[in-house]
Amino acid sequence: MTLDPNKYRQDFPILSEKIYGKPLVYFDNGATAQTPTQVTDVMVEYYNKYNSNIHRGVHYLSNKSTDGAENARLKVQGFINAEHSHEVIFTAGTTESINLVANSFGERYIFEGDEIIVSEMEHHSNIVPWQMLCQRKKATLKVIPFNDNGELMIEKLEDLITDRTKILSVNHISNSLGTINPIKEIIDFAHSKNVPVLIDAAQSIQHKKIDVQALDADFLAFSGHKLYGPTGVGVLYGKEEFLNEMPPWQGGGEMIQEVTFEKTTYNELPFKFEAGTPNYIDIIGLGAAIDYVEAIGLEAIDAYEQELLEYATEKFRAIPKLKIYGTAKNKTSVISFLVEGVHFFDMGTLLDQMGIAVRTGTHCTEPVMQHFGIEGTVRASFAFYNTKEEIDVLCAGVEKVCKMFGVKQA
Amino acid sequence: MCDESHISKFISHIYKKMTINEIQEEIIEEFAGFEDWMDKYAYLIELGTDLSGLDAEYQTEQNLIKGCQSKVWFNAKLEEGIVKLEADSDAIIVKGIAALLIRVFNNQTPESIMNADLKFIDEIGLKQHLSPTRSNGLVSMVKQIKMYGLAFNHKVNN
Repeated sequence: MTLDPNKYRQDFPILSEKIYGKPLVYFDNGATAQTPTQVTDVMVEYYNKYNSNIHRGVHYLSNKSTDGAENARLKVQGFINAEHSHEVIFTAGTTESINLVANSFGERYIFEGDEIIVSEMEHHSNIVPWQMLCQRKKATLKVIPFNDNGELMIEKLEDLITDRTKILSVNHISNSLGTINPIKEIIDFAHSKNVPVLIDAAQSIQHKKIDVQALDADFLAFSGHKLYGPTGVGVLYGKEEFLNEMPPWQGGGEMIQEVTFEKTTYNELPFKFEAGTPNYIDIIGLGAAIDYVEAIGLEAIDAYEQELLEYATEKFRAIPKLKIYGTAKNKTSVISFLVEGVHFFDMGTLLDQMGIAVRTGTHCTEPVMQHFGIEGTVRASFAFYNTKEEIDVLCAGVEKVCKMFGVKQA
Repeated sequence: MCDESHISKFISHIYKKMTINEIQEEIIEEFAGFEDWMDKYAYLIELGTDLSGLDAEYQTEQNLIKGCQSKVWFNAKLEEGIVKLEADSDAIIVKGIAALLIRVFNNQTPESIMNADLKFIDEIGLKQHLSPTRSNGLVSMVKQIKMYGLAFNHKVNN
């Protein structure tokens, strides 16, 4: 039974908004997915009834907020099937999660002459922290290339991995191409060479069921705002064996055991990596978002989004002079495209005038653009609350823009 | 009654040269005639297509104002006390707005550019394109034009 988006659209008040007097068509889900009232209600309730700084409080409110945040940790643990709840570290988002690993793991394990592997289709967040580390440690960054369909050439790993390779960090799903990468295969191969793997799950956590134990991922990072949760909250999953060995990254409250001016001892996991007041209301919101997604079911969500992808791909292919970037066999509901003779900025600006929200530019993946020799693309990314009718509106919009630019239509 | 504004109006009348404000008013009037956004943007596309742009030799790194959405190339020079402006962009709508900016500022004195109050963008409903968060290069272009006004004015007076 296919998911019916209309059953859920009312959960997202923003979807009924009008933009310049036209109904909003929101196709920028890959950047930020919308948040249902089931999530915002919980957050408002906490603000209105229980708001108080968590941990180490003796009073009722503090305990209530602490329970809320720690329950959210258990929800995340269950959601990604981590073995221990203390392997779930709350961060500000995927970017901070990756920076945490680059800094802390890097401090402990990476030295001059060592090598780090990423892929050509990474978001800048999974490139720059490693480059900064390489600069500090005089290490080398190596890159897994992709083919013109946007599929990783993982056979190259054989040559790329050496005995100096200390970590491999790769995305599960490409934000600009939509490619679903074979992460199980990558992890297995890397592990056969004793190389730990970080998975950037920013673009997959909302589409695919992730089981960190089945994958045997060493680290996994994702953000709340792409999972129908609040902004400013994210997760770093790390295997206990690594997290225990890694030094704290940021110092402050919460992460300490004992402080004197001579010496400070650090708290246990997960608190060792959560310096300062945690973003607890957003953390609680993230827990509510997981409840929401699990109630619908990721499999149903994914199946329906695949339907949207197929529908949109077929319609797009019928538009003359339109080229889709990212044509991997395994793709998620993301379409990056360009129309010959129409700059992506112009396309995005005019679609915006029609109430259609798409993202334009490099999508923080400049190397992907360099691969194709382009400056950027227009990206439409679909969520389970989107409809085929909305895709029709997008296609009509694209055709209208083509007409304005005098691009010959069939 | 012989204050400065009267004199400048008188002078511009003699030379039939419009002031920055007169050109802005003219543009605002033009845009008021458009019934919906489609006409407005179609006009911008037309302006962008018609703007001769910059020769390849001027499309240099130095003249490039790079936004992460589009590129703007921009060239300014001072000829006999008058500022000459040229611009180009890879995005047509951006180029269309650049054409409007050129229409307003080209052939003006450094001083009038320096002191100009740029209001037409707001009034013709294109404010979004000039908000600082828009990385299309236009914001930097306006800043650059003003900077040139300032620098050339210094040159003229020294």
